[in-house]
Amino acid sequence: MSQAQLAARGREASPSAPTGPTGSRRWRHWREEIAKTLFVVPAAFAIVVLFGYPVVKNLTMSFQEYTIRTFFTGEAPWVGLTNYVTVISEELFTKTVINTALFTVGSIVGQFIIGMLLALFFHRHFPLHGVLRALFLLPWLIPLIVGSAAWRAILEQDSGILNVTLAVFGIDPVPWLTSPDVALLAIILVNIWLGIPFNLTLLYSGLQDIPDELYEAGALDGATGWRAFWNITWPNLRAVVSVVLMLGVVYTLKVLDIILGLTHGGPANATQTIATQSYQRSFVEFKFGEGAALSNILIVISLAFAVVYLRATRRQVDE
Amino acid sequence: MIKKRPVLRRWATVAALAALTPITLAACGGSSGGEDSSGSGSVDSLTVLDYYTDDPGHSDIGKQLSQCGTSVGVKKVVHQSVPGPTLIQKVLQQASSKSLPDVLMLDNPDIQQIAQTGALAPLDDFGINADGYAPGPKAAATYQGKLYGLQPGANTIVIFYNKDILSKAHVKPPKTWDELKTAAKKLTVGKQYGFAFNATADYEGAWQFLPPMWTNGGDETNLTTPQVAEALQLWKDLVDDGSASKSVINWSQADVNDQFVAGKAAMMLNGPWQIPTLTAKKVNFGVVPFPVNKEGQTSVAPLGGEAWTVPMTGDKAKMAKAADLVKCMNTDANQLLRAKQGGVIPTKIKVAQQFKQEDPSMAGFVDAVATARARTGKLGPKWPDTAKTIYTGMQLVLTGRAEPADAMAKAQAGG
Repeated sequence: MSQAQLAARGREASPSAPTGPTGSRRWRHWREEIAKTLFVVPAAFAIVVLFGYPVVKNLTMSFQEYTIRTFFTGEAPWVGLTNYVTVISEELFTKTVINTALFTVGSIVGQFIIGMLLALFFHRHFPLHGVLRALFLLPWLIPLIVGSAAWRAILEQDSGILNVTLAVFGIDPVPWLTSPDVALLAIILVNIWLGIPFNLTLLYSGLQDIPDELYEAGALDGATGWRAFWNITWPNLRAVVSVVLMLGVVYTLKVLDIILGLTHGGPANATQTIATQSYQRSFVEFKFGEGAALSNILIVISLAFAVVYLRATRRQVDE
Repeated sequence: MIKKRPVLRRWATVAALAALTPITLAACGGSSGGEDSSGSGSVDSLTVLDYYTDDPGHSDIGKQLSQCGTSVGVKKVVHQSVPGPTLIQKVLQQASSKSLPDVLMLDNPDIQQIAQTGALAPLDDFGINADGYAPGPKAAATYQGKLYGLQPGANTIVIFYNKDILSKAHVKPPKTWDELKTAAKKLTVGKQYGFAFNATADYEGAWQFLPPMWTNGGDETNLTTPQVAEALQLWKDLVDDGSASKSVINWSQADVNDQFVAGKAAMMLNGPWQIPTLTAKKVNFGVVPFPVNKEGQTSVAPLGGEAWTVPMTGDKAKMAKAADLVKCMNTDANQLLRAKQGGVIPTKIKVAQQFKQEDPSMAGFVDAVATARARTGKLGPKWPDTAKTIYTGMQLVLTGRAEPADAMAKAQAGG
């Protein structure tokens, strides 16, 4: 039902107004309800088709023996929790959970702190700040496949520019991508680089929404510098901060491309996360049931964060 | 199933070619409309799917396909190529939407896995056999006693050495593992490593480990043997010595070739598909089979290359024509033509010998392919699981996380 049709209905309805004050009010009430419903229908449809179906399919798939064979025969026997038991009981699972946690926390902390500092820095409006801020968006503009290829070259142990630079300061070459002890850190650093523009942009626009009067009034009361940040900026920025962190967590949990591009989960599984394992099982080993089980675990973790976020924002609204 | 982003691979070319895929797809979309003529037995067109996206391979194959189409009496052969890493995913999508191509190219270790699903027609049904073929390609395409594919050309991996560097250092190409280690050590000078190989945590890394493993008598049916451990020890020694870069665990075969071309590696383990690049970059190279560990051993290398198969599309007339097309792509003349275009060795022993006479520089490869062993020869569709154990074990050893003797057991347990 289009808006034009709705409008036409509205026009038709208006002559019927003289039926009496109560009837007209009830009709108007109904009309409003119908309009509201009709506005929701396209969105609901999109959600059911584009989000609902894949999630339900993913859920059912995780309880099935869904393999390469299924595509040809259409047979996917139900296996209950077998897929979940298989993926969780594997020795690697604990490691992937720890890696996912380290990767997410490390990336978010790094991205957020650097993004926040840069946002505050650019908020001071110095000459050329627009140009510089645009430059910081670069990681966002580079295709991920190019970005990870470039970083692979930069982090190369023997001839990578980073180790060559470190050598100038007398630091021994760091085995960025070749040592299981360092690889995860290297991946986190690259992901921080990648996440800075997102944090910077959102936090910067949040800062711009804070009225200058607050700072002027604060300055009169002696709140400048750190105290101004803590008492004026931070409370006013809280809504933006929670959005940034929430989205950051969800985006980081599912990061796949840069890990595949940089280490492929290696060396010796040191950079395997739940996301890479899910990918590996589904699209390399074609054990779609197990891959779905892992991605469902990831969805549940994301949902947990979403709930925390929703509760936090509700509290803000209540306040 | 949640839709994931397409595979990220290290080859920039793949990315570039991926951009072209929609064009190819659009071209193929039109062909499915004319499938109504099957009743009369005449076939207007056949669709072919492969992963030869790069030129000249794509146009060479395309030309061969359309010539074969004419000779088997099909007006039009629609040739479609998708990037290698996405081929199986594409086939799975086509299988579930009942739109499989009439002729499908498969990498030889994938044939049995796909045949197991019932998606492929046994070629025996069309009177095709693999008599006169080398044992490797035959084994790879045979599942439960039936032949599912014919492979016109094969490749394998051997040692490439830079003739200039070796002669300057007075080093001879190695014949034994000890010689390989000494030569690699001697050739490691400054920024130049003696040897480069690929030990990534994927099927490519597992494939590169097979020459030392098989040559030393190791077997994929039991990885926890001293023979396999010794092969792991060889890789470890080369890296621990500094004769090979620690980065080998992150180098694809293409990366290895880049190192060799740049003069940063004096020797490498790689395949004949690199020859066009090496020739273009004017590298003065020679090839020898992978060295043996002990006297009396013979060098065994893994079989590479792709086969043509006939999917079960349900259209009998088309399937029969498709089988004719597969047969035509494998005639002696076409196998020889394909080999001359570069990168592969004919799989028919007789044709391979003829090729060897015509191009003696390829002799090393011809001999290696004749004895090349199929990865799926013993394990069939179970090969991928074993390959995962192999590359995990290899990475555990090279990163010092496990000793060669117990790395494979640890990898089997999930690393």
